[in-house]
Amino acid sequence: MTLLRALPYALLGLTLAQAATPAQTKQIQHGGYLVTIAGCHDCHTPLKMGPKGPEPDMTRMLSGHPEGLKMPPAPKLTEAPWGWAGSLTMTAFSGPWGVSYAANLTPDKETGLGSWTEAQFLRMVRSARHLGQGRAILPPMPIQNLQKVNEADLKAIFAYLQSIPAVKNKVPAPEAPAPTPIPMH
Amino acid sequence: MRPLLPALLALGALSGAAKAPAPPRLLSQTGLYAAPGVVAARNLAYAPQYPLWTDGAAKARWIHLPAAIDGRDEGGWVFPVGTKAWKEFAFGGRKVETRLLWKTGSATWVFASYAWNEAQTDAVLVPEGGLPDAAEVAPGLRHAIPSRTDCRDCHGQEQVEVLGFTALQLSPDRDPGALHGEPLRPGLITLKDLVARGLLRGARPDLLTRPPRIAGDPATRAALGYLQANCASCHRADRPIPGLDLDLRPAHALRTALAPGSFPVPGQPESRILSPGHPERSVLLHRMGSRDPIAQMPPLGTVRVDQAAVDHLRRWIADVPFAPSH
Repeated sequence: MTLLRALPYALLGLTLAQAATPAQTKQIQHGGYLVTIAGCHDCHTPLKMGPKGPEPDMTRMLSGHPEGLKMPPAPKLTEAPWGWAGSLTMTAFSGPWGVSYAANLTPDKETGLGSWTEAQFLRMVRSARHLGQGRAILPPMPIQNLQKVNEADLKAIFAYLQSIPAVKNKVPAPEAPAPTPIPMH
Repeated sequence: MRPLLPALLALGALSGAAKAPAPPRLLSQTGLYAAPGVVAARNLAYAPQYPLWTDGAAKARWIHLPAAIDGRDEGGWVFPVGTKAWKEFAFGGRKVETRLLWKTGSATWVFASYAWNEAQTDAVLVPEGGLPDAAEVAPGLRHAIPSRTDCRDCHGQEQVEVLGFTALQLSPDRDPGALHGEPLRPGLITLKDLVARGLLRGARPDLLTRPPRIAGDPATRAALGYLQANCASCHRADRPIPGLDLDLRPAHALRTALAPGSFPVPGQPESRILSPGHPERSVLLHRMGSRDPIAQMPPLGTVRVDQAAVDHLRRWIADVPFAPSH
């Protein structure tokens, strides 16, 4: 997704945050900018087929793998170096780590980040663990990149994610890999 | 100028300054030993009645209390500044690591892990990110010394707890059926000792005559004690995990674990976190019995399934017709 195409959606956060103070608005705007350039939409906003090919479905902005899209068993890729597969929505992935789904980052209280605190979000990033203290966050999430982000920027990202429209969408749990991993070479 | 620095550091610690000092580079510099291999007399040995499973490691634990614990909140003792707790892990008769929890200010704790050297004479501070390949615990399985972030995952962020040193864990009403429990040997400190030495104040007056005990038949007592020690440091309502209303502390486990959860047992759409009468539908058992990185519980600190615990929990879930306690 190009920055030009994503900017209107980042600004949507601003519109929704009209009650915020100027400082908060600036923080949300900065967070939206970071979310856009960091490529969060690439996996967390499902793709749909448009007239020019796959495009982000912004009615589901940052809501992760669509609950209604039940994935069949992942294809068996047994011939290295082919090693992983993704859904057309770019929200479901299968590889040596198992099957993983992009998370719902919207502020929906039950299925997204709506019940999270800023501290819990920071902890999730610093620990690189699901919910801040569970299993490791799975590929292809580039959590190692996010761990390099400074605290002020992480807080801005969280503020932005809390400002966007909530989408109720329960993302499936990940699945364990096949017992025999695909050889790397 | 030289003597000023230690003085300032000490002042910082006493005033509860947020900036914690760096842990010493060697275990021998932490105050655990009076002489090589000899634990200092001021450090009190203890053994919790419900130990944490760490792949069958043999453990030894000591605590130094420079003053009394504030025991007014039985579920959350407040330790004096200067408290140090050590836990030593050994596999196959060799010491592998010793962890240190050190309270340096009113809200400041230092976490450190030390990896033992080949000669077993001392242990060296492990980098903040941990040590992934510290020792073999079973063919092809390696023990990882956790990162300091991982330490805080279990011991807490702001309100740090010494998990094995609580009223329940030191209760003289010790559970004879505790999984992997150690008998109370002479020299191990108990609640009674703490009170007698003036190291616990503010506790309820009948603490020693009516000490903490998990309610239930022997199988339930052992099962809930195991969940308390191995699961409830994370799964507790007073430190909620977003979107997960699971509290595995003894008084709450049977009520909150009946929910479906978000991670069903594969092939069991009717599964619940804990499904009475149906071990095969119980997510808790499935995840305890897995060491797949996605499914395993606990998610860190272990690479081997605790089969004795899985077997006990399976029998308990199958046989005990329990009802929600609330």
